[in-house]
Amino acid sequence: MNPPPASLLRQLSRLSELRILLLVAGFWLGLWLYDPAFLAPATINTVLLYLFGYAIMACGMTVLLVSGGFDLSVGSVSALAAMVAGVLMRDPALHVAWPLALAVGLGVGAAIGTANGLFIARLGINPFITTLGTMLLARGLTYIVSGGVGRSGFAPGFCWLGQGRVLAVHWPGWLGGGQWTGVQMPIVVSLLLVVVADVLLRKHRFFRQNYYLGGNEQAAWLSGIAVNRLKVFNYALSGTLAALAGLLFCARLDAAIPTAGEGDELKVITAVIVGGASLSGGKGTVLGAFLGCLLLATIRPAISFLNIGDHWEKALVGFILLTAVLLDRVGKRR
Amino acid sequence: MSAAAPALAVRGLGKRFGGIQALEGVDLEVLSGEVHALVGENGAGKSTLINLLAGTLQPDAGQILVGGRPVRFRHARDAAAAGVAAVYQELSVIDSLSVAENLLPNRQPVNRWHFIRGTELRRQAEQILASFGVGLSPDTLVGQLALAERQVVEILKCLAAQPKVLLLDEPTSSLTQREKEALFGLIRHLRALGKGVVYISHHLPEVLALADRMTVLRDGRRVTTCARAEVTEAALARLMVGRELHSVFGKRGGAERGGRPRLQAAGLTRPGAFGPVSLEVWPGEIVGLAGLVGAGRTALGRALFGAEPALEGEIRLDGVSVNPRTPREAIELGIAYVTEDRKGQGLFLDQSIAHNLAAPGLGRFCGRWGFVRDGQMEQHARACRERSRIVAPDVHQTIGRLSGGNQQKVLLAAWIGLGPRLLIADEPTRGVDIGARSEIYGQLRGLAKEGAAVLLISSDLPEILGLADRVLVMRAGRLVARLTGAEATEQRIIAAALGAESPPATATNDTPDTE
Repeated sequence: MNPPPASLLRQLSRLSELRILLLVAGFWLGLWLYDPAFLAPATINTVLLYLFGYAIMACGMTVLLVSGGFDLSVGSVSALAAMVAGVLMRDPALHVAWPLALAVGLGVGAAIGTANGLFIARLGINPFITTLGTMLLARGLTYIVSGGVGRSGFAPGFCWLGQGRVLAVHWPGWLGGGQWTGVQMPIVVSLLLVVVADVLLRKHRFFRQNYYLGGNEQAAWLSGIAVNRLKVFNYALSGTLAALAGLLFCARLDAAIPTAGEGDELKVITAVIVGGASLSGGKGTVLGAFLGCLLLATIRPAISFLNIGDHWEKALVGFILLTAVLLDRVGKRR
Repeated sequence: MSAAAPALAVRGLGKRFGGIQALEGVDLEVLSGEVHALVGENGAGKSTLINLLAGTLQPDAGQILVGGRPVRFRHARDAAAAGVAAVYQELSVIDSLSVAENLLPNRQPVNRWHFIRGTELRRQAEQILASFGVGLSPDTLVGQLALAERQVVEILKCLAAQPKVLLLDEPTSSLTQREKEALFGLIRHLRALGKGVVYISHHLPEVLALADRMTVLRDGRRVTTCARAEVTEAALARLMVGRELHSVFGKRGGAERGGRPRLQAAGLTRPGAFGPVSLEVWPGEIVGLAGLVGAGRTALGRALFGAEPALEGEIRLDGVSVNPRTPREAIELGIAYVTEDRKGQGLFLDQSIAHNLAAPGLGRFCGRWGFVRDGQMEQHARACRERSRIVAPDVHQTIGRLSGGNQQKVLLAAWIGLGPRLLIADEPTRGVDIGARSEIYGQLRGLAKEGAAVLLISSDLPEILGLADRVLVMRAGRLVARLTGAEATEQRIIAAALGAESPPATATNDTPDTE
């Protein structure tokens, strides 16, 4: 009893990212029609370089939103992780080797994430309050650890993580001659993470449990899902990815800054929701979230491109967020 | 009783939900100064009638008259404006506010700047409390009150709007005997004040103690209306039930007990909920667990499934002592539990039929690295749809859009699909129409025939009698009767559940009167 193959249109309409895909495509198409130069590789590279941190944090945030939680501490955790690594590497008394400092930085993120998860899962404290607390705590620790001043002058190996290029290609004269300067490491890392996270959340049993958890926690528990364990893992993942984003950002600038990542948590949550997730849980994909990041990251270059004036950026982001949610609601009514 | 127009009258009221006629041609008259009980089994149409009277549902046919004037309620507000107030089982009082603030929501006395006048609020609340002879302080936080007192506050809140008719839906289901008496006092006081009270209950002794007249509903129709003096408890029970039972239930499997019991529970106790309870269920057998709402049946079912902690006693599965501490462990042992709360705890309403069917035991559809095979999952969903006759064109459809009966079939199919050794089904046909019911019964029978043990928790007596090979009755956390299929009758079960008869030998004397 084989079902008839679903038509392509039907499969496409089932694709939950359709809405955001159309939004991004429409936006870019409009800009491209205005001036084809907008889609030049250099512009795209700039956009990707701007959004890599958001894309990395969005991977963890999507998993959290799907499971019905969220994390306000990502911005602060990214700063704290970078600052801890920066102090370890640059403090004259310590001078820790950069791979170890990197690992400690990631560990700081994982630890704060795990703490978030334990508070929320074991003690039943609201995610908003818990992560608001750790957000302030991590930001405060960043200042305490650093004494309020930044660190820089890191080892070349560390900086390569943020500045190095891979996939550079030179082609010989008989092919026209020329070169492709390659892609910066953070872009490679972030795109790789997005692909891996998307596939895992879509296809892997462990991650897919989040859709059940976010859809109905009681029913998920009765279905045999280890709800608490899953929650703790999710927050730990979010913390670790936030730390990674902060460390890469720090490596790219060769600077750990106490104020780094301020306000990133809201930008990331906005992008993930624009990408189709919901604060009430149960839906969303990493691909959608990435497209959401892409859309929001394109606003700034688009504004300067169109000479609208920088003051419009925030208003436009808000407008897009509300439009996306509105479209979702209208789609549900039908 | 007055000769004037009745406070509330209903003529030929009808209501359809999709394929089923929930209510048909129902007449009802409630006089001022009368307590009029509405009795009937689960699914007889009591709640539908109340919802029509309270304006939360609109009738398809018939007329409602308040004080002799025909009315049409489009909304609960219309009913309230016409002087009909409803108190439901779920309370709507706010724990963190005082009694006074709860009594006068949206009607607080305010000064010129719209600030609430505290002393005036207190005075008005005191007045209301005194006029109904209730000895509560207006300053007490509702959260600190006992359940019955909260119920009283809820009722007084409705009365503050000066209704002519008050609808009470199962107001005593969670009260102790003493608390019930206090509530009855209030109801009698209302009667003396000339209010018409509609009182819904299936606790017959209560009904007989309180009501002046009673209307019996069965299968959405009015069977009769009679005065208190005209009936006995037994007669009322007969009027409520009185129907042929064996049609929708299919053939009894004729379970043969061989070997050892599948489930053997000894001295199972959860303080405050149930116990000690000892029971056995053999493979191939459907055992009915009857009793009133709140008798501890659900808690017992959940405990067997590892969903409720703090357990004393022993559980043996096929002779092996087990101790499931979480649903996850229970599932691994081959125990399945179909919750009574389909929407709240059973289904993932925003997700597809296929995903819901795969929810318990997602691992079945995974490859070596834990990646879900969607094709396999879809195939499973189609097979389940076929077998359980789930009416849905597409297994990717969101389950929230299915009818209640189809949702229930999905929930049951999800758990049966695990091939459990023991299935605990808690009210598997609650809110389900007759057609889906008989299919669900077929599923349960089929599972038993394949050798699983089924524990059927149900408040629906015809269902228990038609389906169960044996019947256990619970009251106040204890098993108070064990009946074979031949011994089980409605009267016996009701008597045991209510404690009307002298308790059987299994029950010791210090039975608490509440959970």
